[in-house]
Amino acid sequence: MTRSILLHGLVLAALVALEPVLSEYHHGNLARIMVLAVYAVGYNMLFGYTGLLSLGHAMFFAAGMYGCALLVRLAEWGVGPAFAAGVVCALAAGVVVGFLALRTIGVGFMIVTLMFAEAAHLGILYYNDYTRGDEGFTIPQAIRTVAGLDLSDTTTRYFAALALFAAALIASAAVVQSRTGRVLVAIRENEDRVRMLGFDPFRYKLFALVFSATMAGAAGAAYAVLFGYAGASFAEVQYSILPLLWVLLGGPGTTLGPLLGTVLMFYLIDYASGTIMPGLAALVEAQTGIAAPGLASAWLLMVGLALVLLVLFAPRGLLGVVRARMVPWLP
Amino acid sequence: MTTDTDRRTLLKGAAAIGAVAAGAQLLPGTARYAQAQSSAPIKVGFQVHRTGIGAAYGRWYDRTTKAAASLINEAGGINGRPVEIVAEDDGTDPKRGAEVIEKFANLHECDVAFGTLFSHVVIGSAPRAGELKLPYFVVSEGHHVASGMLNRWTLQPGITDVRSQIQSMAPWISDNLGKKVTMVYPDFAFGHDHRKYFTEAIERLGGEVLEHIAIPPSETSFFKYLPKIPRETEVLYHVMVGPGVLTFVKEMGEYFGDSGPEIFGFIDSLEAVDIASPGLEFLEGSHFWEGYPRYAGEDQSEHDAFYRAAVGVDDNGASLSDPKDVSTYAHMFGCWETLHILKAGMEAADYRGPQDRQALIEAVEAMDVFPESRAHPQGSKLFNGRTHQAFGHQHISRVEGGRLVPVHRTSIFDTVYEDQTDYTKTSF
Amino acid sequence: MDILQYLPFDLPHPALLLAGVLEGTVLAAVLALTALGLSLVFGIMRVVNVAHGEFYMLGAVLAWFVTTWVASVTGGPPWLGFAVALVVAPVVVGAIAAAADWLVLKRLDYDPEATIVATIGLLYIIQQLALTFYGPDARPVVAPFDFRVQTPYFGYSGYKLVVVGAAIVLMLAVWLVLTRTRIGLVMRATQYDRETAQAFGIPVDTVYAGVFALGAGLAAIGAVLIVPIQQAHYLMGGDPLLLSFIVVILGGLGSLKGTLVAAVFIGLSDGLISTLYEPTLAKILATLLVAMVLVFRPQGLFGARAA
Repeated sequence: MTRSILLHGLVLAALVALEPVLSEYHHGNLARIMVLAVYAVGYNMLFGYTGLLSLGHAMFFAAGMYGCALLVRLAEWGVGPAFAAGVVCALAAGVVVGFLALRTIGVGFMIVTLMFAEAAHLGILYYNDYTRGDEGFTIPQAIRTVAGLDLSDTTTRYFAALALFAAALIASAAVVQSRTGRVLVAIRENEDRVRMLGFDPFRYKLFALVFSATMAGAAGAAYAVLFGYAGASFAEVQYSILPLLWVLLGGPGTTLGPLLGTVLMFYLIDYASGTIMPGLAALVEAQTGIAAPGLASAWLLMVGLALVLLVLFAPRGLLGVVRARMVPWLP
Repeated sequence: MTTDTDRRTLLKGAAAIGAVAAGAQLLPGTARYAQAQSSAPIKVGFQVHRTGIGAAYGRWYDRTTKAAASLINEAGGINGRPVEIVAEDDGTDPKRGAEVIEKFANLHECDVAFGTLFSHVVIGSAPRAGELKLPYFVVSEGHHVASGMLNRWTLQPGITDVRSQIQSMAPWISDNLGKKVTMVYPDFAFGHDHRKYFTEAIERLGGEVLEHIAIPPSETSFFKYLPKIPRETEVLYHVMVGPGVLTFVKEMGEYFGDSGPEIFGFIDSLEAVDIASPGLEFLEGSHFWEGYPRYAGEDQSEHDAFYRAAVGVDDNGASLSDPKDVSTYAHMFGCWETLHILKAGMEAADYRGPQDRQALIEAVEAMDVFPESRAHPQGSKLFNGRTHQAFGHQHISRVEGGRLVPVHRTSIFDTVYEDQTDYTKTSF
Repeated sequence: MDILQYLPFDLPHPALLLAGVLEGTVLAAVLALTALGLSLVFGIMRVVNVAHGEFYMLGAVLAWFVTTWVASVTGGPPWLGFAVALVVAPVVVGAIAAAADWLVLKRLDYDPEATIVATIGLLYIIQQLALTFYGPDARPVVAPFDFRVQTPYFGYSGYKLVVVGAAIVLMLAVWLVLTRTRIGLVMRATQYDRETAQAFGIPVDTVYAGVFALGAGLAAIGAVLIVPIQQAHYLMGGDPLLLSFIVVILGGLGSLKGTLVAAVFIGLSDGLISTLYEPTLAKILATLLVAMVLVFRPQGLFGARAA
């Protein structure tokens, strides 16, 4: 327990200490990553600890994002109250979806969450008059302030993202080490046995889903206020798959895995979509005469290979391997 | 794609007139040559759709941009410094787009960002460009810039916007095809722009839109919506996009058979697609908006001939090396023209480095006319510095024998509308 | 022009309904074709193959390559290239799938979660390869034959009706193989109880590789049949994947009959609802309808409880 508090404290302290020393580029990236990692932390509670694989979490991210951004755009709310409203929207969506989707299990649960998310995505497009559909809309820089703090300022934004991430991490670590957290893991391992022990698995699963949805919504709302944009692409299926990848990479069922996975996946894509590959494309073209424009950006290939190799050689994610081999107490 | 040797030969031939071309694209009174202070390249961050749904466009935006950059470099670069294109894939995704902007500004230390097509990527990226004070030259034809939604740092000087395209089509449609229109468009924001601006324009001319049919974006078959087209329809107006377009046209052919309403479409539907593809026979005799006529006609300008050859496009709008590889001719000229405007702007502002970014924006805002030239092969344009948006001629072509034959060219004044914003009054 | 001559009806409703039923039936056939292979893989191997849609896409892309190549080499009629594609595409795609099974899935011991991740990885890899070597354009494949059927209200593609027939034939064939042949018996035994099957000397590894290849091959056949009414595009695998999953789950695990009924249910509800409301609203309602069926009947319409 103490070791765990120390570890989480160290990670958060490191994120604080990095702020002044990071280059401008990595500073900006880390602010983004921390917001996205909040999404991953939430996803991990449902998938990593409770064993429920949702393919529809983009709808919760979008509920937070639009719950917040639409109030700013249409009702001229300040970004502070609007952020809170966005989180509440995601929480409410979690409750409704939870009551329905948790009647199913396994692949059925994947498909039902996926379909709800698809309906939500189409809804955003359909109500184009309010949402501007796929194009989305900006939240002007001038109004992105809370209590006199300018959220578009890089340092403020970094600490805002860090505060949110710290809250998510601490909340998730607290839940995981509580009795509830142990019941969630027990449900993942054997739901029938949990039921026989007199627990109501549905209540616990609903808690995990609502927790997870709320975190996703907080990340979505934070993205809108910190980066000034809301758009329907965030409600597409790929944004449901991304947190799954982050969590799998970092280590499902570890509190720090989501952050690690988000960092690594971010930099993998950042590296692979850049200017490194045109040389390869030119080489292929020179050698074979086949124009291979797609090679110029090979991030799809890199991500695909990373996933296959990961699952073959580190199926429990990176921190899962660390826990299994070296640090058995890792939360 | 033209081979490098071809292009180089061409460009060498062109080098002699390079100075003339460079002179022509500058506005009277603003031209001045600055002595190069440094020979370090000017870095242009190029946000390119290499993956995702925009990839077909991205490939041609890439080729056009490279051709324009080589041309500019052959003619001495900008302020004596070579242009370096730093291309990054944005996956046609707004989130990645914003991250790429960050990468341009803070990692590659680009002087400007440039080249984005898809509107949602522009809107997702522009806030970050504004915060970073990075000039952001988009080539998107979206109405987002002129609508006032974006910021002082985002400009669209090299391509016209969808609002002006739409409104300039209405008079010709109403005079030549009919006044009772049914619109079919995807349930995307630009589809809704068509709905709004075309409906307004045709109603002003005494016409009406009988039915608006918005197609869900994931739809792969369109047939079941066709019976929603009212029988009184005189003109069917379509703006479908994406891989399903051929299906849409084919199904219209099956549905209507030999008879049917007049059909008017936006070429966005069939960019990078051969008009003579199997299944598109039904389009024969129908009309299209084209930003820039794909097929070189008899009245081809010398500027178009030059531009076509430099980019590596044949008279049918396909790649010189592969006639099946059809270009996105109605849009990609925007990359070419924008890079030339960037050059003119940097030279007018005596741009030395990032500290002159604000001066660059102000220099471009001060521009008002881009005369037709090698730098502007699509035609002359007016630039509105207050709304950061260019206005130009639009074209209407008719499908004849599997080719697009231009039948009408609008005046620039048909495309102009009242200002919706004044960016010059906003702070940097 | 005389505006009355091209639509010889007064009220749009009968035409809309007919279009809805026709298109719904075609969608059902398309769904059945794409879901068939997934249903086999999921039913027998318990593997959720997220890359199934990419095998489908590969089939369509190969159809384009093969028909283009045959047309340029022989100058023959469209049906010739199409017939060659109908053989080549499933064989090649099946071989790729068998290789993926041997290289990846087998090493994961078909663990449900791990195979999901691995097949997401495969999805990305296959998409990248298609983008690199086929390109980002949507390209048409000419139908082997086409004729226009004139209904009282409008014309309709005869080839689409042929696809419906082909879907029925293919489903029947798979059903016959499963129920009337020794291979089918072996597959069903493996599905019923993997350990026992192994104990009785059934080479489970070979059966799994074969089933995975067969599933992918069926997706490719479906793609070759469907590509003349759509186009080959490197992102085309996404929608069939989602829809086939829905069909398989709704139909119930491992139930071919369920897969068929679910395909018809989804096809017709999509076709008919979309004629009644605004198209996107209709899509939302149709999606929620199917989701609700799953919520209140989680075991699917037929078959065992999905797990």
